[in-house]
Amino acid sequence: MLRSYLPALIMLAISVANAIFMVVLSTVLSPGGRTKVKSAPYESGMDPLGGTRERFSVKFYMVAILFIVFDVETVFLLPWAVSLRPLGWEGFASAMIFIFILTVGLVYEWKKGALEWD
Amino acid sequence: MTLDFARQSAYFWALLPEIVLATWTMLVLVVDVFRSSDHPEESRAPVAWMSLAGLVVAGAANAYLLSMREAAPTGMIAVDSFRVFTNFILLLAAGLAICLSFGYLQRRHIDRGEFYVLVLFATVGMMLMAGSRDLILMFIALEVMSVAIYVLVGYHRQDPRSSEASLKYFLLGAFSSGFFLYGIALLFGATGSTHLPTIGTMLGDGVGTASPVALAGMALVLVGLGFKVAAVPFHVWTPDAYDGAPTPVTALMATGVKAAAFAAFIRVFAVGLGGVREDWAPVVWVLAALTMVAANLVALTQGSVKRMLAYSSIAHAGYLLVALLSANQAGAAAFLFYLLVYTVMTAGAFGIVIANSQGDHERVSLEDYAGFGWQQPLLGAAFGLFLLSLAGFPLTGGFLGKLYIIRSALESDNVPLAVVLVLASLISYFYYLRVIVVMYMRPAASANSHDQAGLAVPGRAAIAVAAVAVLALFFAASPVMRAAESSVASLFPAAPALFGMTP
Repeated sequence: MLRSYLPALIMLAISVANAIFMVVLSTVLSPGGRTKVKSAPYESGMDPLGGTRERFSVKFYMVAILFIVFDVETVFLLPWAVSLRPLGWEGFASAMIFIFILTVGLVYEWKKGALEWD
Repeated sequence: MTLDFARQSAYFWALLPEIVLATWTMLVLVVDVFRSSDHPEESRAPVAWMSLAGLVVAGAANAYLLSMREAAPTGMIAVDSFRVFTNFILLLAAGLAICLSFGYLQRRHIDRGEFYVLVLFATVGMMLMAGSRDLILMFIALEVMSVAIYVLVGYHRQDPRSSEASLKYFLLGAFSSGFFLYGIALLFGATGSTHLPTIGTMLGDGVGTASPVALAGMALVLVGLGFKVAAVPFHVWTPDAYDGAPTPVTALMATGVKAAAFAAFIRVFAVGLGGVREDWAPVVWVLAALTMVAANLVALTQGSVKRMLAYSSIAHAGYLLVALLSANQAGAAAFLFYLLVYTVMTAGAFGIVIANSQGDHERVSLEDYAGFGWQQPLLGAAFGLFLLSLAGFPLTGGFLGKLYIIRSALESDNVPLAVVLVLASLISYFYYLRVIVVMYMRPAASANSHDQAGLAVPGRAAIAVAAVAVLALFFAASPVMRAAESSVASLFPAAPALFGMTP
């Protein structure tokens, strides 16, 4: 039973070995020499204007949540759209229920005022 | 109606109570958000009533489930009377919690409709978890339930203790979910299935029985479920989370969440992994003994009644584990019966904690109960009844429940564990009776310190229902016990063969 997982184990081993190989290779081959300019966030860009750990508005968080909702919806709906015919009416009904539940969430957010920036 | 899970549409019938409740909850959410944008300052009591109505409708759908039979146990969700019974317990727990939150939320300035929506969504998760026959569905249901509960624990966000409790519960809960999921993966690796009956036959036939992968999988699943039922040594989060959460949420966690996790526990271990009982029984034995002894000893030292009740709920997890370990039908029936008694008496006891709070202040220390019994005679008597039932005194449901558990343990020749149970109960008498002594024998701080019981009418009704149920489960226990026995029979279709003993 467990023998059938051997390819997965081999793949795991190869990917781990590959990752270690890359890291080792870059440490060996890189020229080194850490200067102040080199360790700046944007080596060839403009100088940073201030600290990065600033507080920012919770509205961005709202947008991120909204994005996740539609992102997940897309992830589920694309494969469904491709195999719409073989899935038949039951598949169609299931997807409609899924969209309906997401719509309820959207209505809630809208009414709650999460879509208004001010 | 016979359900054949080869057709997808059978699932719409099999999931009827959950679908009804989830749809109703979405309706509640939308209705509340439309109402609150027009009248932001109004009380949310109509939303609470609507949520209660949803629980009743879901209960009716659940009763309708009794008329359905499944062609074969191939579905991801079980359609048996065990599921109907546990669903009723879970709906009852949610109903009691909602009744207890009337007024309480207003006084603590957290009266928002989302509270009830989250309670209902958590209930949907609990029902799915208790009825699932597939480990993946069980995991998803566990998350549906837990995510809602994490939010509810931190619902009082101005209160640092509530936020702390939420964060602790969330971090440890996410960690234990990881254990559970990894256990599922290993069991899948060992047997090639996540479907419990299939896993059961594969392991029972000797495929992978001795394999360390299956053993590790079982151990990890045990850790995940042990965390949710708060068995020692996976209980460390319990006192803090129960203490910091708003009290109605504590009541829901102690009753609903625990009942759902225990129902899943019995489905996974007693039924799914029943064929390899020798592998997990010793571990559960130690867990049960540890839970009973440690929780009762620590409860002795608690100065806060809310924390004491938290430890008491851990101790009761130990008693339920004893019933689960007596892997016979009597044990499982005792388990269901005790689960019902435990739900009503624990919800009632937390209801009294709410009644003793004043304004925004939760009065939970032992001294705050001095004179409570005289100034609030009815509530005091009810509290006395719940505490006596938790301790297992005669004339209460708790006594009969413990009696059934001990009988099932003796029948399966588990005498040492029965002795531990009795001794642990003896220890528990001290801290339960101490509250009653303080309530009646100590003078109150002032003549009117318990004048206003912080409980609205629905909350009082919930306590009355719980008190009547505790008494009825002693005086009219036989119909309930018969119902429990017949539900359990549906759980063990091949009980004698599975456990190697005659029924």
